[in-house]
Amino acid sequence: MKRIALIGMPNAGKSTLFNRMSGANAKIANWPGVTVDLLSAKLLLAGDMAELVDLPGIYDLHGFSDDEQVVRHFLCNNTIDLVLIVANATQIDRQLSLALQLKSLGLPAVLLLNMADEAKTLGITINTQQLGDELGYPTILLSAKYGQGYSDAYQLIETALKSSQPIGILSLEKDFAVDQQIENKLDTIIRHSVDVPIQTTHSITEKIDKVMLHPWLGLPLFFAIMYLMFEAVYTIGAPLQDSVAWLLEGFRDLVLVPLFSFLPPLLNSFLLEGVFDGVATVASFVPIVIVFFLFMAIIEDSGYLSRAAFLMDAMMTRLGLDGRSFVMLLMGFGCNVPALMGTRTMRSRGLRLLTMLVIPFSLCSARLQVFVFMTTALFAPSQAPLVLFSLYLMTFAVVILTALLFKGQFNSQEPFALELPPYRFPTYRQMILRGWHEISHFLHRATKFITIGVILVWIVTNMPYGVEPASSASWSGWIGEFLSPILSPAGINPELTVALIFGFVAKEIVIGALAVIYGLEGTSLMEGIAQQIDWVQAYSFMLFTLIYTPCLATIATLRAEAKSAWYTALSLAWPLTLAWCVSTGFYQAARYFGY
Amino acid sequence: MTQKQPLSSLVPGQTATVQALHADPGFQFRLNALGFRIGKHIKVIRTAPFNGPLHLKLGNTEVMLRQQDADNIEVLM
Repeated sequence: MKRIALIGMPNAGKSTLFNRMSGANAKIANWPGVTVDLLSAKLLLAGDMAELVDLPGIYDLHGFSDDEQVVRHFLCNNTIDLVLIVANATQIDRQLSLALQLKSLGLPAVLLLNMADEAKTLGITINTQQLGDELGYPTILLSAKYGQGYSDAYQLIETALKSSQPIGILSLEKDFAVDQQIENKLDTIIRHSVDVPIQTTHSITEKIDKVMLHPWLGLPLFFAIMYLMFEAVYTIGAPLQDSVAWLLEGFRDLVLVPLFSFLPPLLNSFLLEGVFDGVATVASFVPIVIVFFLFMAIIEDSGYLSRAAFLMDAMMTRLGLDGRSFVMLLMGFGCNVPALMGTRTMRSRGLRLLTMLVIPFSLCSARLQVFVFMTTALFAPSQAPLVLFSLYLMTFAVVILTALLFKGQFNSQEPFALELPPYRFPTYRQMILRGWHEISHFLHRATKFITIGVILVWIVTNMPYGVEPASSASWSGWIGEFLSPILSPAGINPELTVALIFGFVAKEIVIGALAVIYGLEGTSLMEGIAQQIDWVQAYSFMLFTLIYTPCLATIATLRAEAKSAWYTALSLAWPLTLAWCVSTGFYQAARYFGY
Repeated sequence: MTQKQPLSSLVPGQTATVQALHADPGFQFRLNALGFRIGKHIKVIRTAPFNGPLHLKLGNTEVMLRQQDADNIEVLM
């Protein structure tokens, strides 16, 4: 099978092209081996099956940050039939250098000048024929996002693939004294074939930046945007959650209850009150998560994250972190795992470890589900978004505290430069794909962690055989009672304690576990919990859920990325200690003041 | 003025030409790839509050760079 690799500078649109070429139905698999950052898909190209590999962005072949190492390692350990060099056409004056480096290695390649739409708007004209001839690679303009020029590019790739000779294992230990030569050639080619108007401006971007990066307004605007986003997620998501919960409840009462009524009572309870109630309660929160990710998709695609890095860098530096750490925290609001992997762009190990230590405090979408559930159960609809927002602010408070305490251990003096791309907007197709991705992500987790988690919860609440479920005679009762001296000062009762224990596997399980433990589901579960605990206990429980030990997938990623047992132990023990202190402190203080 | 000065001494709105880059090799390659090359024009668009990074424009690329790293780039106005 032929192997094709996508190579280009970060943010040149490699993954957009990858998705367009492989299609939504192509199998996208994690690459086994050094890293999960290589994505590959199989597709039919020029009559043969070919494997298309999406690589992390690389600035130049000397690159030695961890993400760039992935590319170097790939190039040095695989035979490649064809390289698709993806470059941003509007920045061809600098991005062409990577193509020249690849050329000097003798790689067979095609140069795809992406973002043709933006180049056109800016009045940049590129003579692709001339450029391709001088460079020695077939060259074409296209827009991977909107599709202009795509079919021509596709044909060009097919033709190139038919005639290309695979190149064996490369050595990148090459002497790059040829760099000066490359630089001269770059200037010559650009002079001959690229025409840039003297005054090019992303005028809309400049106007937006004047407001967004305003010296005084910038930061307040950032927090205002965040607040509005969570308010919107709650306002749009909560009714959706209600309707899904109602549908699932109907399905249970009208279909499952009669269907399972012939089963022995224990099996009936296992299937209905264990598996179904647990999984269905978690599933009802999927719409909220989808709405959340649609907003995240817009923000991530807009280019605003780089602006957040710009605004926050000065403050983050004082914490021993930098602007990228802040962006990773924001990405962590989606899921902590990709945020942890995103730290690969950092070259300094100290900076990377400190950033990875704080990322798990980021209120991820799984914890969002728990908090939406709890706030809906115990707070008025008008207060709920504020309560939710306060927990997001809590993320930052805990991050600041942790960074200040540990920055001495993880020292770094890394210079860094970050691109601020023009503002962009995702296409509807991209947003739908993102939503779909989240649903499949949930289904994947549901079939693994969540189902197993709620089954375990059912077992501990119903065993030994014959006990009243979740009573003090059951295993869960024992566990709850056993840990009660530790957690009752934080106002966390034995039932919630059991839910927290299983939340270690995946935070979504917390709500599923509560459904199983209380033997209730949907609205009745919320009412049941509201009768058992008051808002102070609920908030203390939420603080604990926010801060304590991250989920299993996060721990596994931390371990794999840091490659240090000591560090992994620290990232387990510290959040647990801190969670207890914060929850207990809050609970005792609130009670002291008479709440 | 026709004297070399550090990039960090420019104020927003000013434009200058890169004369020399002093950085560790790894960072120098990164700067090159981002468009910081001798003879290139740089415009300082703004600086972030609290002595934060510079917002720069080189050709069609906009970049943020910290003050301390901008100290190591010599420019000519």
